Amino acid sequence: METITRTDLCCYHCGQPCGEPFWLDDKPFCCTGCRTVYEILNENGLCTYYTLDKAPGIRQTETDTSIYACLDDANVKARFLEFDSANFARARFIVPSIHCVSCIWLLENLRRLEPGILRSEVNYARKSILIDFNPSQVALSRIAQRMAVLGYAPQINLDAGARKPSAANQQLILKLAVAAFCFGNVMLFSFPEYLGLDAAEFDLKEVFSWLNLALSVPVFLYSGSDYLRSAITAFTQRRINIDVPIAAGLVALMARSTWDIVTASGPGYFDSLTGLVFFLLVGRWFQGKTYESLAFDRDFKSYFPLAVERSDGLNWRPVVVHEIREGDTIRIRNGEIIPSDSRILDDKALIDYSFVTGESEPVSAQAGDLLYAGGRLVGVPVRMMVERKIAQSYLTSLWNNQVFQKDSKDDRSAMDKIATWFTWAVVFIAFATAIGWYIHDSSQVWLNVTAVLIVACPCALALTAPFTYGNMMRVFGRAGFYLKNAQVIERMAKTDAVVFDKTGTVTHGKEMVKFTGILDENEMTWIKGLAACSTHPLSRILYNSLPEIKAMTVDAFAEYEGQGIEGTVAGTPVRVGSDEFTGAQPVATQGSAVFVSIDGTVRGYFTIGTSLRPGIADMIRRLGKRCKGLVSGDSAVGGQLMKGIFPDDADLRFSQSPQDKLDYVRDLQSQGHVVTMVGDGLNDAGALRQCDVGVAVTDDTGVFTPASDGIIKGEMVRNLDVFFALSRSAVKILRAGFIISFLYNTIALSFAVTGLLTPLYAAILMPLSSISVVAFSTLAVRWAGSQKLGGIIQSNAS
Amino acid sequence: MIIIVLLISISLIIAIVFLALFWRAVRRGQYDDVVTPSIRMLFEEETDGKITPEEGSKH
Repeated sequence: METITRTDLCCYHCGQPCGEPFWLDDKPFCCTGCRTVYEILNENGLCTYYTLDKAPGIRQTETDTSIYACLDDANVKARFLEFDSANFARARFIVPSIHCVSCIWLLENLRRLEPGILRSEVNYARKSILIDFNPSQVALSRIAQRMAVLGYAPQINLDAGARKPSAANQQLILKLAVAAFCFGNVMLFSFPEYLGLDAAEFDLKEVFSWLNLALSVPVFLYSGSDYLRSAITAFTQRRINIDVPIAAGLVALMARSTWDIVTASGPGYFDSLTGLVFFLLVGRWFQGKTYESLAFDRDFKSYFPLAVERSDGLNWRPVVVHEIREGDTIRIRNGEIIPSDSRILDDKALIDYSFVTGESEPVSAQAGDLLYAGGRLVGVPVRMMVERKIAQSYLTSLWNNQVFQKDSKDDRSAMDKIATWFTWAVVFIAFATAIGWYIHDSSQVWLNVTAVLIVACPCALALTAPFTYGNMMRVFGRAGFYLKNAQVIERMAKTDAVVFDKTGTVTHGKEMVKFTGILDENEMTWIKGLAACSTHPLSRILYNSLPEIKAMTVDAFAEYEGQGIEGTVAGTPVRVGSDEFTGAQPVATQGSAVFVSIDGTVRGYFTIGTSLRPGIADMIRRLGKRCKGLVSGDSAVGGQLMKGIFPDDADLRFSQSPQDKLDYVRDLQSQGHVVTMVGDGLNDAGALRQCDVGVAVTDDTGVFTPASDGIIKGEMVRNLDVFFALSRSAVKILRAGFIISFLYNTIALSFAVTGLLTPLYAAILMPLSSISVVAFSTLAVRWAGSQKLGGIIQSNAS
Repeated sequence: MIIIVLLISISLIIAIVFLALFWRAVRRGQYDDVVTPSIRMLFEEETDGKITPEEGSKH
């Protein structure tokens, strides 16, 4: 027996192993699609593509480029165009398949393939491309089709085109730049003060003071504006966050320093003020690390097509899905998602609801049946009558469920709780100081109260969290676990219930299909054609695993319940099914065996099985009691395997709809658990949103990233317990950082209360506390990370 | 001593010019993508038509 895949030959285009290679110019190709791309590139002298990176291509699937026709519609087009005129237009597309140097090169040379394109520019991190073209020479739809043929299909869904480079990040950098500039100069101008100048140079000192004041105004009003604004907002909402004491400190610094200079009573604390804002902004910038190419906030819009074809009586014309109304007739093609609840007009259709229900078996529908939004059509195109507008359909209502509305999952982090009592403590100490000095020496009250407010400013405190969590996020990221933001770590540390989805999480997403026996390329396609006619789950798996083919006709197709399918392809009778059905000898295999007989002769069998991700069982054992259960959309097939790896008291639930999963998570939460759910992010999107930490598993961050709080690489799921342990370490480090910064505050306060805080002391103490806290949290997190994740990070990098 | 005041004002003005230049660079989006240009510069020049220069302002 031999397996038919020869792994020694890899496709020149995409690098996948070739079964029976197609040859061209002495180069092997796995399929005609890849060969076509090579031909196009070769004709246009673009073969540099292949020299920059090895086998850079994207395996060609049956891409239906006709969907890009909707780009001819003015409304649709407008979503992608940034600029439009008669002879010049600029469009931005998201292209998920951008993954290497060759991709950039080819996409930036698009103008050599399509004369109307003037220039194209790739943004690798965002996986987007900006195309300048001449609309009178080439249509946008034509460009999109061209790209799709090359394997770089632009994303055309409801969500696409909306994402633009963020202005918020730009603002932060500008604020940081201003603060850094002014901080540096103020320090320079404060030197005479630090060193002590002669009375003869008093004039000079005054010049420097006024310069410092001038430099501090933009820092206070522009760079620090976020803190002031946030504090005012918090005040009007009658709550206290960490920005309130910070803003109080800034205002006290500014007022006191200005007073000092105007009355010529001292040099002011401008170096402390500008330094403070600078460090705070550095902390904010550090925490603001984002994984731009990953989308953490997908909703149903990301899955829905942007446009569908609607009949206007005579012709099919693409319209934006928002414009379809009840009673419209629309046409959906193979692989497209039904955008709105509709009633089917044609005789028969197969709908795959796995996105909505989690059930992997397609459902067949007859004329007049109601089809729900979110179902994916399998097979021939189908006409349907829209029953409800998109906003009212089942899936939209699931997504618009109130759980999705409230975006903040208990936004009051540990930080804000500390801020509350910190603020009250500062207010109390300030009052005590005021009273004390009023009795002692009433002329000093104003000076010492402002000094208290200045040093009490929780700068170091505010830096602890961004640096601890920001560093931890980076450590996680290097180990293949990407978090949406730093707050997720806090919630992970609190987690006491972990719930898993089955497919794609505990098991590999795809079933392993292996053929044992002898079949040539041609016969393989026959089996694929035959499998295409059947809705049995095993047929679907078989169909999806076999190489792409051109359409073929199957005659005399028959399906026998529990046995198999048969049909005549190219004049040859083919049977696929059980050993009995094909007349084969039974074999002992793991998983299901599907036998093949062609023209009455048994040719071998496929083994189909789900396999556990390696190391999962160990990880679940290490999680111990925290592992609460499994919720799976699939039927209980394979339940025995799951029982083996989950603890005895774990809750194993099968055939769960997305709503069931959501309810289960809500149930656990109402029992007081902090829930982390790990799933593939498709049919459990609701549950992932509802739970405290939703982790989506993906095997290819490049192509698809589901909605979640965190995205973890498939092979890293087995280290989940380590990530939990690390997040708890992060919280411990945070506490230690808090203690250090409190110590500084206490020392500084004792100076301030007794009236000894000079600008020089403040200028030394405040940066020192900030820097030592930052250094401590950074080093501690690095150390914890290398202790627990060192090996994993290395294996991930290689 | 007046010379020190003069020198300081000159140095401050020069520094402000640099700050303004940096500001402009950020606003024009030069820091929006810091990955691709590092890759792009390694491509061989195969001139068959020159790349049209960035026209006007982006924003």
